[in-house]
Amino acid sequence: MPSSLSMSRNLKSGSTLLLVAGALALSACASKAPKELPPEPGPARTTTQPDSGEALGPRPGSQADFAAQMMGDDTIYFDTDKYDIDAMDQQALAKQAQWLMTYPEKRATIEGHADERGTREYNLALGERRANSAKNYLISLGVAASRLTTLSYGKERPVALGSNEQAWAQNRRAVTVTID
Amino acid sequence: MKTLSALALGLLLCASGPALAQSSGTFTPEITAPTQEAQESDGLEVTVSDDSDWQDLGIAITTFTTDADVPTQTTAGTTGQLGHAISQVVASDLKNNGLFKPSGPDGLPRPTFGEVSAPNYRLWSGNGADMLVQGYVHAGNDGTLTVGCYLYDVALGQPLEKGGWKVAPSDWRRAGHKCADMVYSRLSGESPFFDSRIAYIAETGSKDHRMKRLAVMDSDGANHRYLTSGQAMALTPRYSPDYSKILYLSYLNGQPSVYAYDLTTNSQKLIFRTTNPTMAPRWSPDGKWVLFSMSQGGRTDIYRITSAGGGTPERLTNGPGINIGGSYSPDGSKIVFESDRSGSQQVYVMNADGTNQKRISFFGGRSATPEWSPRGDLIAFTHIAGNLRVAVMSPAGRNMRYLTDSWQDEAPTWSPNGRIVQFFRTQRGSGEATIWQVDLTGRNERKLPTPVGASDPAWGPIRR
Repeated sequence: MPSSLSMSRNLKSGSTLLLVAGALALSACASKAPKELPPEPGPARTTTQPDSGEALGPRPGSQADFAAQMMGDDTIYFDTDKYDIDAMDQQALAKQAQWLMTYPEKRATIEGHADERGTREYNLALGERRANSAKNYLISLGVAASRLTTLSYGKERPVALGSNEQAWAQNRRAVTVTID
Repeated sequence: MKTLSALALGLLLCASGPALAQSSGTFTPEITAPTQEAQESDGLEVTVSDDSDWQDLGIAITTFTTDADVPTQTTAGTTGQLGHAISQVVASDLKNNGLFKPSGPDGLPRPTFGEVSAPNYRLWSGNGADMLVQGYVHAGNDGTLTVGCYLYDVALGQPLEKGGWKVAPSDWRRAGHKCADMVYSRLSGESPFFDSRIAYIAETGSKDHRMKRLAVMDSDGANHRYLTSGQAMALTPRYSPDYSKILYLSYLNGQPSVYAYDLTTNSQKLIFRTTNPTMAPRWSPDGKWVLFSMSQGGRTDIYRITSAGGGTPERLTNGPGINIGGSYSPDGSKIVFESDRSGSQQVYVMNADGTNQKRISFFGGRSATPEWSPRGDLIAFTHIAGNLRVAVMSPAGRNMRYLTDSWQDEAPTWSPNGRIVQFFRTQRGSGEATIWQVDLTGRNERKLPTPVGASDPAWGPIRR
């Protein structure tokens, strides 16, 4: 579902070209997105060459680039039932804001989550509240509110699958996902 | 688009059954063939909360007989085979809910058609039966089926109650539920509840990629159907009081949003168009109002809108924090809901217009998902203190007591007569969810038969 979701977002924001470019960048691994459209089907051989070197990494400004640059700081964590932004969260969000300022065209969705040890409906609201905390902090750092949306999954999308304190701590989170 | 067409297909399949019965309007008790006036006698003075005596009541449920063993359009076979199947529905309804310990129909003598209205009392008292249920099936020329159901007091040697129902072939199980309801009501003095349906969320797949689909079933788990394809996550359904619609939350648009799913037109629409997430839908008892909760800027509040659609939602709560859910008192004058304005989830009551909001839960821990009993006397809720457990309290917040004791039980829903509570239980580790029910003693607990994992049960009213 997340993929179809971000797909519709892309179409909505009119960045179809970017999406195509992003897909090409993965196969061509060019450091700059090619400006031309994909080749016509036919004798062209470029599409069947996914090998021109893997060392260059993700295309700057892409979600893959964001995730790689953040090195885990695309996610902030919360205490049980809490939604406040602590010092560690602030560092992570500052790093996110810096990236978002570098790519002012980029929009992002902040996905809020809760652990499994709460009731379903409350956790939906709690996830929303956590995502909103992260959003507000990013706005305070200068990211335009219009670039940020929130989305709560409550307790429905755990990342750690255990039923213990450690897993629950990992699941009480807000994840920033930039929109390619 | 793909999602929508799949939805429509699922609906076409599911709509035919209930639609037939409701539109033809034939599901009314009628006095049928063998006549014998039911005599007034006092019902047994018992309640579910004190069931030790009447569980020992010997109720013999015999195979329903027929005037002519002819083929039917049901999956059960001929009228004779159908009679056996219907009596099995009656027996399992009464048995599975921990209300009685009935015997039969297997292993009991089979009454003749003539004996249905003139029981062999001596035979049954010799078998140790206190009560006797007999019945018959008659096939009409138009394919409809007439089912008669008779309850006798063997010790007194007299009839207690009888009923007859004309059903479409696809609805034959309802005749069994109606008969079980008749027996249950007559012997307990309580309102019926077997002939009712349950909406819930069917769950499949691993814990991190679980598919959640809207599904419905009869109160005993039969006639199960999926209503959505699973491409968009569905949560928290609620049947409308007339069974024509289901409110539920879907991620169809990306944001969690409340939809009204129309079971007669096989379509759904947003109850309120907004970019904010909407959740926790509820009906008013008369079906005229819908409550939903909407998040905005991190806050969540409860709103009221007409179920007909249109109009501006009226906000009933005004923060701070998360105010969510809401369950009307049976007379529609009050709403019990959940709020963390005090710092943690607690249960509050307000007037239906949002005035006079008062906290009623003071039990330590957190209290969530309150649901007002259709009888009005109790509020069921989830109590969180380490584990999640289902509990009940009075509408004033007194006499709190647990009904369940497990690792994670949540989201109670009441049987139409307010005597049984269903909820869902999550297994530690796997996260697998199953629907359970428990009576008000907390002693008679059982798992509902569902084809896959199941959560968020929502019990509808008794069917007319």
